[in-house]
Order: sequence, then structure tokens, then C-alpha cells
Amino acid sequence: MAGWLESSGSIDMAFELSEKTDKRIREEILPRYPFKKSAILPVLWAIQEEKGHLCREALLYAAQVVEQPPAHVYSVLTFYTMFFQQPIGRFHLQVCKTASCEIMGCRQITDRLRQRLGIDVGQTTADGLFTLSQVECLAACELAPMIQVNEDYYGPLTPEKVDELLEDLKSGRQQVKPCL
Amino acid sequence: MPLIISANFGRPNSDTLAGYLANGGYEGLKKAFSLKPGQVMDEVKKSGLRGRGGAGFPTGVKWSFLDTKSGKPIYMCVNADESEPGTFKDRHIINRDPHLLLEGIAIACYAVGCRHAFIYIRGEFFKQAKILERAVAEAVAGNYLGERILGTEFSLKVVVHRGAGAYICGEETGLINSLEGNKGQPRIKPPFPAVSGLYGCPTVVNNVETLAAVPWILRNGGEAYAKIGTPKSTGTKMFCVSGPVRNPNWFEKDMGYPLRDLLNRDAGGMCEGLKLKACIPGGSSMPILTADEVEKANLDYESMNALGSFLGSGGIVAIPHTFSMVSLARNLASFYAHESCGQCTPCREGSGWVHRLLVAIEAGRGRPGDLELLHDLCNNMRAWATGPQPILKWIGKDEGLGGGKTICVFSDALAWPIQSYLVKFRSEFEEAIAKARPSVSVGQVVPGHAEQHSAGTRAGASVH
Repeated sequence: MAGWLESSGSIDMAFELSEKTDKRIREEILPRYPFKKSAILPVLWAIQEEKGHLCREALLYAAQVVEQPPAHVYSVLTFYTMFFQQPIGRFHLQVCKTASCEIMGCRQITDRLRQRLGIDVGQTTADGLFTLSQVECLAACELAPMIQVNEDYYGPLTPEKVDELLEDLKSGRQQVKPCL
Repeated sequence: MPLIISANFGRPNSDTLAGYLANGGYEGLKKAFSLKPGQVMDEVKKSGLRGRGGAGFPTGVKWSFLDTKSGKPIYMCVNADESEPGTFKDRHIINRDPHLLLEGIAIACYAVGCRHAFIYIRGEFFKQAKILERAVAEAVAGNYLGERILGTEFSLKVVVHRGAGAYICGEETGLINSLEGNKGQPRIKPPFPAVSGLYGCPTVVNNVETLAAVPWILRNGGEAYAKIGTPKSTGTKMFCVSGPVRNPNWFEKDMGYPLRDLLNRDAGGMCEGLKLKACIPGGSSMPILTADEVEKANLDYESMNALGSFLGSGGIVAIPHTFSMVSLARNLASFYAHESCGQCTPCREGSGWVHRLLVAIEAGRGRPGDLELLHDLCNNMRAWATGPQPILKWIGKDEGLGGGKTICVFSDALAWPIQSYLVKFRSEFEEAIAKARPSVSVGQVVPGHAEQHSAGTRAGASVH
């Protein structure tokens, strides 16, 4: 990451945020707060929603919008686990590994995913479709062992259900239903 | 037994304004508007309602601490950063009855004179944030929120603010820091948020479930609420049961309900072939109960304290006889080591050290003296001053090391459960150490930690 913050003054022309997102940030998000600094998380969310991850220019844009030093925005961005500085797969498979999920067998779920996808935790498949992560408690312990895929919760899972879920995600059908 | 929180959960369209109004929604707010703000606060004080996030502090009293004379605006932060392992009640409240929460917020804000409330919801709850945003828009359109609510002088802006993945933002000052656009690191208290919180202004932070109880209290009166439950733990509580039981789910019960009945009747008992060994009573941060203690436990603040634990958030995890306490301790140490915000050395270094020791013990690399070292580390991590704490019931002689070491109680939330496992299930740890291969040297503890990491302990960070 060295050099990320060195030229904090100008925004790289290659980074273009859609007019829609820019407008949403300036006209919807910023006015919600008495101080612009409070909008750091929602601004980063809005950019990540469009771009999939947060590159250096995204950070500089955010810093300019909330009128904070890029170093501060960077410290905030790296404190939280849900912001990505590199592109991730189209489907982010996040296996919960805390207490109830381990008791109920999350290791089998992770092992099955590793085996089926041929990647380890923290890696993305070569086709860019799947990224595999292990995460801490997702507040859905009644669904243990469970997994979050992008915005959806699935559980309780078995290794067989994992196979079905992967097929669903690849083909766009929905045999395994997400939970609220 | 009245259902106070979950009464509408199964009803059609319970997540919409129309569905909520059909079930008597926003009547509590109308009742509140017929009273003076101070009377509303008194009603909540009379109810005996206590904070449902874990600390159990009386809600009405918390509101009365707000500094109303400073001339600064008063803020409310709703804590929807639900992430205490074993807890999933707020997710269901938001899924099935978001307007119940909004009505509770409106009443609370009227009582304390707040015109700007933030719902801080954990980042992983994408769907719940959308449900809340839609509900806020509906409520504003129906004039239950927004400008001059229901024709009164009272106006209230409610903003849904999403976190981005950090357990510590559930600590109230960590939440405030995060909402201000900082890292979610807790602040030194005093000053307490009631005096200087969000933007340096008087701030009240309440849990989702706490606020969801407020509309009922206004509709039916504080005294009616106080009659439910036990004299000191009034009302009902949402309990979450997980682990290998037949029916893992949430259950709303009167305070004082027997834990045994919750596990065996409501949750259907343990799955085939499994025996209950122990039980996490109120989220993973709380000292563990043995199967014998579960028999005696009632689900209220005082009964739990008498057993040396806490009611906490109501997240109950059943531990089967087949699951090792060493593994459970290692699992939770890994959680806390990952989630430590890193500002206090005892917590940042201690949580990682405790984790490495437990990884080593589990992997057969434990050494004599490790259990004493774990106790010593835990004693040096505690923020709470020692004294008449429930934990003294089982921890034995306090070595005089505990207390005042860290800014928030996060490190206690690791120390309490780990020490309770060590005291109550010592033989499992001793056996694991006795089985260790003596040839392994000290230095090899650390590669064990690295192995654990490559197996994904901090994988969340590695995709960044």
C-alpha cells in the first residue's frame, strides 16, 4: 500500500464515479448528517456498491467529499472488515465460524467449499465467480451452520446443501432459499 | 403471558405500516403525546424496564441522566449493531416489526427532547437496513416521523446508518465514534454519553429490544409492565437459543422463566444422542453455566447473578457433551482477538496471547503452567474494578490484579468466559495438557498460531 497516500491533492481521471452515485452521495447522504465527517461510512458504501471495491482514487474522492484528510479516511476504511481494497469474486461466500456455527459443524461447510471451488479461505476462483472467507458471528445462530453470500443469509447448511447452493449461484436458479 | 415484543411477528404484513396500524400501531405514541415528556419518562421508570443489550441498566433512569441544560441538541443512537455471539433477537424484531422499533424511538425521543435519532445497524444486515429505510419512509409519509408529528410541535428525523463490520461498535462509545466517522474505538468514561456523546452533545444509546418494549409500556402503563416478570427484572425478554437443540429459535418469555424449561420444552431439548454439558447464558461474553447450574437457573438478572453469571443479551448457546471446552475457549478467544479494537495494550496483546495459548493446548502443545498463565493474563485484562461481582462466586480468591486495565469492558468479555471455563471445566484443560507431546519446544507455539491463521482465523482481513 506504500505510495497510496502520496499524491493526495488530485483525483486520477481514470476513476469515474457514475453521476447517479455522485448525486446520491451529495444530495441524499451528506444532508443526513450535521457534520460531513459522519458520512464516511455511507460514502464508502455507496462507492463500493458501484465499483465492487475501493481503490486509491475512490479513497481520495471520499476524502474530498467528506472534507477529511485521506489518511483519516484510510484509517477508517481499514478498521472495518467489509471494505475491500482489491476486487473480489461476484459471489462472496462468508462462512460464519463463531461458537454456535462451529458447534454445529461450520468446518465441514468450509472444507466442502474449499474442495468444490479448489481455493483456500481468502482466495478467489480463477473465473472471478467466488471468493471464500470465514467471518465472525453474523447474528443468525438459529441458522447454524450458516453462510452469507453477498446480501443473503443461508442456513442451516449441510455439505450437500452447499453443493446445491453453488449450483444455484452458477446457474441463477434458486433451489436453496435465502433466509431473512 | 402477554407478548410485548413479538405479538405481531406472525401477522400478515407485520413489516409494513398498514400491517402495524391494523394491530394498534402508533397508539403508544399518541398516548405519549397526551402526556408531558417528563410523564412519559416517569412511566418508563415505573415499568422497571432495563437495557436489553446486555448491561441491564434501568432505561428510564438512563434517560433522566441526559444533560438537558447544556443548550446543545440531544441525540439518540439506536444500537442495532447486534453481534454478540449467540444473539439474533434484534434481527428478527427488525425483520418482522420495524415500526415497533420506530414507535419506540419516537416515544423515547419525545420523552428526552431529541429531534435527531440514528439507527446504527451492523453492515452485514443489508436486508434489515433496507427494511428499516422503507419503514422510516412509510412513517414519514404517514406523519408518524418527520416534521410536526401527528399535528404536534414535535419533529424527529430518523437516519439509518450502516456499520461496516466491527463487533466493538456495539459498545456505546465505540458506536458513537464510528457514527462520527472515526474508527469504532471506545472512549474513556467519564464523560458519559449522557453528558458528552455524539458530536460532544448529550446522547442516549439504547438497544433495539429495549425501545421495542416502550410502545407497550405507553399503551398499557408502566405498572402493568412492572407486574410481569420478577420484582427487579420486569417485563418480558427475547431469548435466543442455538446449538444442537431440536428447535433453535427466539422465544419471548417473562423474566424469571426457568432456563431448563426454555431449553427442554421451548427449544425441544438436545438433539438425538447428545447430552447438555454446559450453557452460555447471555451471549458469549458471559461466564458459562454447567448442566447442574442450568437446572437451577431462572432467566432474570438477579438469578443469573446469584449463579455467578449475567443475563447479558439473552443469547443462549447449548454446549453438547461431545464438544470440548478447550475448543470452545479457543473459538471465542479467536473471536475476541480478531475483534479487539487495539487501543489498550492489555486487550490487544492479551486477547492474542490467550488465543495462541489455547490454540497450542488444543493442538497438543500445551505446557504445565499454561492454565495459571491464562488466569494471570485474564486478571490483567479486566476493566471492571474487582469487588462484589458475581464472578467472585466461582473465581475464588481474587489475586488483586483485576480492574481498571482497559477503556471498555471488551477485555472482561473475553476474560470472564475463559476463566469460567478454566474453573468449571478444569479437568478438560488439564487432560489436553497432559496429552501434549513433551518434545515440542516453546517456540513452536507461534507456528501453531500461524497455522490457525492460514486456516482462516483472520481470513476476513486477507481478502482486502
